[in-house]
Amino acid sequence: MTGPGWRAAAGAFLSHWRRHPGQGATLLLGLALATALWTGVQAINAEARASYDRAADLVGQQGRPDLVARDGGPIPVATYVALRRAGWPVAPILEGSLRLGGRQVSLLGLDPLTAPVLPTPDDGGTDSSDADALAAFIGPPGQFFGAPATLAALDPAPDQILISDSGLPPGLLVGDIATVGRLLQRPDNLSRLVLLEDPPAHAPPLARIAPGLDRREADRQADLTGLTGSFHLNLTAFGALSFAVGLFIVHGAVGLAFEQRRGMVRTLRALGLPARDLALLLAAELLCAALLAGGIGVGLGYVLAAALLPDVAATLQGLYGAPASGTLTLRPGWVAAGMGMALAGTALAAAQSLWRIFHLPVLAAAQPRAWRLASARGMRRQALLGVGLIGLAAALTAGGSGLTAGFALLGALLLGAALMLPPCLAAALRWAETRARHPLAQWFWADSRQQLPGLSLALMALLLALAANIGVSTMVGSFRATFTGWLDQRLAAEAYVNAGDAGTAARLAPWLRQQGVTLLPRIDTAARLNGQPGTVQGLSDAPTWRTHWPMIAALPGAWDDLAAGRGVFINEQLSHRGAIGPGGAVRIDGTDLPVLGVYSDYGNPAPEAVMGLDAFHDRFPDEPLVRFALRLPPERVADVAAALRTRFALPADRVQDQRAIKARSLEIFERTFAVTAALNLLTLGVAGLAIFTSLLTLSSQRLPQVAPVWAIGTPRLRLGGMELARAAALAGMTALLAVPVGLALAWILLAVVNVAAFGWRLPMLLFPLDWLRLGGLAVLAGGAAAALPALRLMRRPAADLLRVFAYER
Amino acid sequence: MGRRPTAQGRRARDRSGRLVRAALIVMLAVLGARAMAQGFAGLGSDADGYTLPAPAASFQFPADHGPHPDFRIEWWYVTANLTAADGTAYGVQWTLFRSALVPRAAPGWASRQIWFAHAGLTTADRQFAAQRRARGGIGQAGVTPSPFAAWIDDWQLAGTDDLARLQMTARGDDFAYDLTLTADGPLVLHGDGGYSLKSPRGQASYYYSQPGYRVSGVLHLPGGPVQVTGQAWLDREWSSQPLAPTQTGWDWVSLHLEDGAKLMVYRLRDSAAPDFVPATYVAPGGGARALPAGVVALVPLHTSRVAGRRIPTAWRVTWPEGGVDLRLDALNPQSWMDTAPPYWEGPVQISGSHRGAGYLEMTGYD
Repeated sequence: MTGPGWRAAAGAFLSHWRRHPGQGATLLLGLALATALWTGVQAINAEARASYDRAADLVGQQGRPDLVARDGGPIPVATYVALRRAGWPVAPILEGSLRLGGRQVSLLGLDPLTAPVLPTPDDGGTDSSDADALAAFIGPPGQFFGAPATLAALDPAPDQILISDSGLPPGLLVGDIATVGRLLQRPDNLSRLVLLEDPPAHAPPLARIAPGLDRREADRQADLTGLTGSFHLNLTAFGALSFAVGLFIVHGAVGLAFEQRRGMVRTLRALGLPARDLALLLAAELLCAALLAGGIGVGLGYVLAAALLPDVAATLQGLYGAPASGTLTLRPGWVAAGMGMALAGTALAAAQSLWRIFHLPVLAAAQPRAWRLASARGMRRQALLGVGLIGLAAALTAGGSGLTAGFALLGALLLGAALMLPPCLAAALRWAETRARHPLAQWFWADSRQQLPGLSLALMALLLALAANIGVSTMVGSFRATFTGWLDQRLAAEAYVNAGDAGTAARLAPWLRQQGVTLLPRIDTAARLNGQPGTVQGLSDAPTWRTHWPMIAALPGAWDDLAAGRGVFINEQLSHRGAIGPGGAVRIDGTDLPVLGVYSDYGNPAPEAVMGLDAFHDRFPDEPLVRFALRLPPERVADVAAALRTRFALPADRVQDQRAIKARSLEIFERTFAVTAALNLLTLGVAGLAIFTSLLTLSSQRLPQVAPVWAIGTPRLRLGGMELARAAALAGMTALLAVPVGLALAWILLAVVNVAAFGWRLPMLLFPLDWLRLGGLAVLAGGAAAALPALRLMRRPAADLLRVFAYER
Repeated sequence: MGRRPTAQGRRARDRSGRLVRAALIVMLAVLGARAMAQGFAGLGSDADGYTLPAPAASFQFPADHGPHPDFRIEWWYVTANLTAADGTAYGVQWTLFRSALVPRAAPGWASRQIWFAHAGLTTADRQFAAQRRARGGIGQAGVTPSPFAAWIDDWQLAGTDDLARLQMTARGDDFAYDLTLTADGPLVLHGDGGYSLKSPRGQASYYYSQPGYRVSGVLHLPGGPVQVTGQAWLDREWSSQPLAPTQTGWDWVSLHLEDGAKLMVYRLRDSAAPDFVPATYVAPGGGARALPAGVVALVPLHTSRVAGRRIPTAWRVTWPEGGVDLRLDALNPQSWMDTAPPYWEGPVQISGSHRGAGYLEMTGYD
């Protein structure tokens, strides 16, 4: 074909968009939204991963193996020097915890001359290998790197220069080994030696230079990766879901454009344009659209990620204690992935149209495809596939374990359910048809069934969105209910006071007792539990604790043994990680202690243990007692708190009302799940848009079917009303079917994924009101999506409808 | 003086990348800009409390073979020209730098003395380099004068208190060496009895050498061990003073002439003044003579492309009065020490009025 010919054909072909700018906008919007959701989620994942990779790098020194004392004790600096002088490439690490700036903090001391990884200041600053930075790091006065929140909490600030590094875990300060050694008063001790690379062949064996040391492979970060892994899989699943939903929109828009250009295609073919050229034209057009929409989508995704990232960071921090920074950087990885997905998605969504344009016989009548009856055979095949997938999900439930199996299970269930939807809806519509008496009602149901093939993709998208919504809200609701109950147990006392120093505490306690308040001492300290940094609490032998402490499992007489110092309680997290139960033992700062019981400790990522108050004072004699839980009638809390503040000049935040603490805890919890809520809403919105575009496609094709009904006397207004009712009915039915799917989803999340990720199994609670609300929302979305096509039908000039009878297209 | 460097200081530090003898670069970078910006405050020490070199040095040996923690920077620097039985030529470098963050020693991690070390091994077609870093005070690196030992990790230069017999070892990922150094002649004090001026404006260091080692030992190369013999030169230098800001770089040679004489000459390149070129000549019998700046000329003849920059790898050394007119050719023009900081250091072969072998070091070529 000649150049001008091409241009004319392309001009004619593309003129469609000039005449239907709304359609073009829908295509672009759908694709851009799909890409945006996908890209946004990828960006969030990439950012969060990069963030805690950095933290893991620093604490684990890039996952290198290390040398530790076999007895769990300190390593003399002389041993380190002996190893270095024997050619062993090791770097010293000194860790410990300390009360600094009024806070208990973990310290990580590095030797900047040998450490393979040093902290990176948030403001970029100088390269750590730069000699100036080296001198500043060593000092005097030296530097401490910490997460901004950690640094902000230090009051008074220490002598060291504080530098923020958002990549660091909360409560951790990283500084020069000399600074840390001086503060911990352990100048001659090391905690471990990082093995930078394998020792050279000539170096004498470890047993000869340092017989007390063992090589330990790097696996300490596995926990964090496993935990956060589930969260990211979760997000990825959401992203994929949104993308799939977005593709339905694109499919609808491309299909519509194709249907409307059928006549033109036939004319062009008849004029001699080869099918190959036409297909090329369509492909080129789609490529441009994909590039444009992909670009917009990546941009939107960036905005979305930037908006959601602070919440994601809060979630990760709150749920797993994983450090994630709330700021976003543009990473080429997810930009490329977003564009790739946009192109691949467009190709996928348009494959059908491309194929048809290629195979359209030149002289075929432009038979509107909406006439095509839903093929019973196709439906049956789809139903069988759906049943097979759900069977697979059942098999996975019985046989699989772990996070991957959990997510495979989720995938099989959702896909199976989506495939089953059209056959189920068809059956329901057929049933309604048989029950209908009035001919118009019969026509209504039959016509609905007729439209099902065109709408089924959009309805599947709606089903997925609704099911995800129900599943996630059930999980969050169950979690919230359990968490609130646990808060009630854990926060048994009416008020909490922090005297600040031992002197004030000594004056404050007798006065409170005089007021008839029962005092329960509260004391804790940072310690290493089975080698992990965590907390040890001292618990007095008080009835309040005995009745309220949220025990999960305990040995007989556990409370008496605890009070007598014969063992400790540990939290569920530590129990799960170390596979220790009552009767086992836990190592606290190098001493093995019997485990008497296990208690639940939601929301705390770190291991924790509780010991009797006397045992605590014996073990940590330097820890001053400055905090108390107060038992008193709730109505007196406000007065006593006010009196405490004035009489002992306590700052307001030193006296806490139990109710305020609970409210704050719940607030943290809500923030934690804010991301999920936002993504839920977005997915639902995208699903609504999918229905809208599908209906728009159908409405333009359905004129020949509607016209006869109009011709036998049904007013246009009525016809439009029926359009609305149909969309609402289909959405309502889909919502109904989404409930069991959503509950199955919730069960998988709670009983499979959660157990694998958190180590807790939560009871599943049902919230039928939520389902009603969602169902209403779905019906509303369906109605809203049908509003424009229905309105168009109502306003259709009679001439248009008449023309249907005037000639065969 | 605040913590933030002044603008002038920053400019000065920018230039510090091009200063004397790799080590000084290390030192200036470590110091930051403070000393440079403020100049010299007192007679015996600068404002940060570092002792400054003074004329009329009187060294106390063996104590002065050990570290001087009240000076900012110090080094123990050995270069060796070696030959295998088949006549193949090699060069070896062993350097230990001390750089102080405060002008005093302290035990344990409290020490603010930083130690750096570079090891090099040059063949005609390969250059091997390795580096180490360590904190002072804990024993990972240091120098004791008696018995003499200088070490960092498993690298060591150790022997008799008079430095007449030393054992020298170092290793990198793909090379190692173990050499024995013996010297009969006396130590040579450069400049005015060891007080060595680095600029007409007064910057100076303490500087002495043992130029006359005979060497034997073994090099471990990827192809296997090689027995070698040859000659080596030890430099000891310490100072607290940076160079003039306009001094942009340094070319230094130590030469073993075939008649047994030794010649050391360096050229401090200056962007605002004539180059400063002092030298020391050691007669075959051991008598040393400091030659005032300008008496010996050190002129580049030919440059090579090395690590993305042009560096002179052939030189002419002329000293008309001494009947010396030499051409120096690098054994391996690519003798680039890819260390922190990077610089060029490698063996040269001597032709012209005398034959022999020597070592060339060049810094400040960007």
